[in-house]
Amino acid sequence: MKSLFRFPGTATVAALGLAFLYLPILALLILSFNENDLITIWTGFSARWYRAVFTNADMLQAARNSLIVAACATLFGTAAATAATLGVARARAAWKAAVEGLLGLPILVPEIVTAVALLLLFVFVGFELGLLTVVIAHTVFCIPFAYYPIRARLAGLDPALSEAAADLYADPARRFLRIELPLLSPGIAAGAMLAFISSLGDFVITYFVAGPGATTLPVYIFGMIRIGITPEVNALSAVMLLASILLITIAFLLGRHSDKQSDKGNG
Amino acid sequence: MRRRGLAPAAPAALFLLAFMVGPLLLMLYVSTLERGAFGGVVWDAHSLAAYEKLVFERDLVGRLALNPDYLAIFARSFQLAAITTTVTLAIGIPTALYMTMLPPRRAAQLLFLITVPFWTNLLVRNFAWILLLRNGGPIDGMLNRLGLVSGPIDILYTPFATGIGLVYSFLPYMILPIFVAMERIDRRLIEAAFDLGANRLRVLTRVVMPLAMPGIVAGGVLVFVPCLGAYVSPELLGGAKSMMIGNLIQAQFGASRNWPFGAALAMVLLVILLMGLGLLALAGRRRKSA
Amino acid sequence: MTDAITIAAVRKQFEGSAHPALGGVSFAIRRNEFFTLLGPSGCGKTTLLRMIAGFEEPDEGDILLDGRSVLGLNPNRRPVNTVFQSYALFPHMTVAENIAFGPEMLGLKRAEIRERVARMVALLRLDGMADRKPRELSGGQQQRVALGRALAAAPKVLLLDEPLSALDLKLRKEMQIELKRLQQETGITFVFVTHDQEEALTMSDRIAVMARGEVMQIGAPVDIYEYPANRFVAEFIGDTNLVAATCIARDGAAGRFALAGGAEIVAGDAAAVAPGTEVTLAFRPERVTLGGSLTAVMRHAVYLGTDALLHAGLPDGSVLRARLRAGGVSPPAEGTAVGFGVAPDAVRVFTP
Repeated sequence: MKSLFRFPGTATVAALGLAFLYLPILALLILSFNENDLITIWTGFSARWYRAVFTNADMLQAARNSLIVAACATLFGTAAATAATLGVARARAAWKAAVEGLLGLPILVPEIVTAVALLLLFVFVGFELGLLTVVIAHTVFCIPFAYYPIRARLAGLDPALSEAAADLYADPARRFLRIELPLLSPGIAAGAMLAFISSLGDFVITYFVAGPGATTLPVYIFGMIRIGITPEVNALSAVMLLASILLITIAFLLGRHSDKQSDKGNG
Repeated sequence: MRRRGLAPAAPAALFLLAFMVGPLLLMLYVSTLERGAFGGVVWDAHSLAAYEKLVFERDLVGRLALNPDYLAIFARSFQLAAITTTVTLAIGIPTALYMTMLPPRRAAQLLFLITVPFWTNLLVRNFAWILLLRNGGPIDGMLNRLGLVSGPIDILYTPFATGIGLVYSFLPYMILPIFVAMERIDRRLIEAAFDLGANRLRVLTRVVMPLAMPGIVAGGVLVFVPCLGAYVSPELLGGAKSMMIGNLIQAQFGASRNWPFGAALAMVLLVILLMGLGLLALAGRRRKSA
Repeated sequence: MTDAITIAAVRKQFEGSAHPALGGVSFAIRRNEFFTLLGPSGCGKTTLLRMIAGFEEPDEGDILLDGRSVLGLNPNRRPVNTVFQSYALFPHMTVAENIAFGPEMLGLKRAEIRERVARMVALLRLDGMADRKPRELSGGQQQRVALGRALAAAPKVLLLDEPLSALDLKLRKEMQIELKRLQQETGITFVFVTHDQEEALTMSDRIAVMARGEVMQIGAPVDIYEYPANRFVAEFIGDTNLVAATCIARDGAAGRFALAGGAEIVAGDAAAVAPGTEVTLAFRPERVTLGGSLTAVMRHAVYLGTDALLHAGLPDGSVLRARLRAGGVSPPAEGTAVGFGVAPDAVRVFTP
């Protein structure tokens, strides 16, 4: 008998969908190894464009900026989100709804609108556009990206665990350090990873609020594409692609590991 | 135990008040200002010129006349967003359904494969399509060699290319929530429907789809909203004729240097989206209570 | 000697709730007793327990521990410990680390902590499990770790919030005996919350029966069972026949009561009832005997193993249940009129 849980045609669409998702990625990876100066003519395999990328001082500076921004925004965003999770969990319903709405706002509002609004603010208060303004802007959207996984983790925990710690004479500080922080850590790690990846990848908001000296990698790539499509852009894009695939794979494997642990915990 | 209360949420909340809510209010204010002679704004001269400009233009003698240029950009944005939502739905629902019916391990693997592009850089992903779609690129070459077309395909820098880029950018946003909703459906409900004599189509239309509806709606919102404000895909893949709202807004802060108009455009986009989401939430609540 | 705990006029109403969770409750729990708060869900028993622990604060009233008010003291400053319904064992710590947590937070010396952990492992028969994580233990073992963790901090009072509800019947019976043993060995005051009357009757020195945020009766298990203070307690604890009747005569403390349809029942203790008063009579099915003046038509018999439960229709339409030893005589046939009797000392009189 054919399984009841099989709907004809869905496998085909899924396969086509997956092919659609990976076709450009594969094309980019392959073309990045093209030896020729012209991107369209394949003349042989070469890593020369990768060498060109890694010796390009501007690009290395942009990469450094990206990492600085992502590290700072992830740190601030995740710390604020972790604290917010604990605060919201214990708040009254009306406050809870208000604060959760506020925390979700950066995801709800279109990026381009956030970008415009932040640019106006920085100009209005006279902040010079630079790495600081980029870090502030990235922290804005890192907060919700970090918040949701941490909240999901907290929702899966028995509220009596905190009470038990209090009952056993732990003051609020030790309750947080010994019980809440270790138990939330898988959610915090996942949230930080999401925040980091989003920050590394952001283009639109950064494009608006980055000053001349604060070019990040995506802004740099955009500039290169604008000037002309060279094999070097291919190689740089491929590097970015591989870096994010690596990061997300690590996040996935870490997440699976901690899922398994907590699954056992429920059993 | 005295409630710790909201205090720990204060840093995040205050930060977002200062750097999210505050800027939006400022944007609203700026949209009611006059533009400066050399760009920027005049901070104390108020006018609704920015909003007026959206619909009207002043002719040489100062009379108002309808100007369809910007409205056309809004219309195109809605059209592209609607088409993108429809196409991602058409791919997303069967794909999510297929994944739901897989053994959990396989489903998790497939889910991972679908999430990977979602986390790679948006700019890079759209750039990859330039390589694929350009005249003389792989698709052009293959179609010509197969004899399906003769001469350049001329797809790049058209609204069609923008559409491909949008679908590509946002497809995972559609699949994920639908999958989550479908996965929550109790398998016994599907078995019960078969047991009561429904065929596969009926099971799908009468049991699976209604129960997955919250996920389908969520997916629709998650695709439509960012599509409407998209900047990267139309900028890289579309030509001058497929400008969307996002590009128009950006242009006001770049070449055109008309900040009040840019702020007004962003405000209109935001208000339209918030009203749409509000209506959707209202409909959702009504459905729940009905 | 002061009481271990005094509850004084405690009131609590939760936000958004129409009825108070506790409507002005007062009583005392004595030192070294096994005290049970018994009642249906929503009666306020868990709220009261959480207030003693410090997880909730009363709106009004006072809670005293050893004669001193603990209002406003956070849970970590109260010398009471809790065994949670979900156990709430710290999943990232081993059994030994869980047990050591309380003593560690109290700032005890390392040697002392080790000694206490060892003592708890022995007391609760957790040998060989000290280095395991909670998820590697069975439900019964987790339960014992939760007990050990709470006792390791040497509380003045141990609070137990339905700790046996997640266990299966056999394990539950074992743990009931185990808990009683622990209480007697440690001499610590136990405050036990349950909705299971059998559990309460088995283990407790005294029971407070609660309903709708009020205490209905406090007493030893035998008092609660044999002399329920009101209709609610009579119905909630054990099986009870309730019949409407009117007082027709008084003879000293005893009273004669007429049922609708003619039958009569004598109650030994009816001193508070004047002739002519309408009352509800309550008596246990196992105190009903065959042979007597209370005539009822046999409906059916349910075989229960040691006993048989007879259902018979009284003239007023209500059902009389009689629990008799099975194995003796076979029950009367359906439809026959049977005479039943009730000893006067078994009948309680409630004025509605």
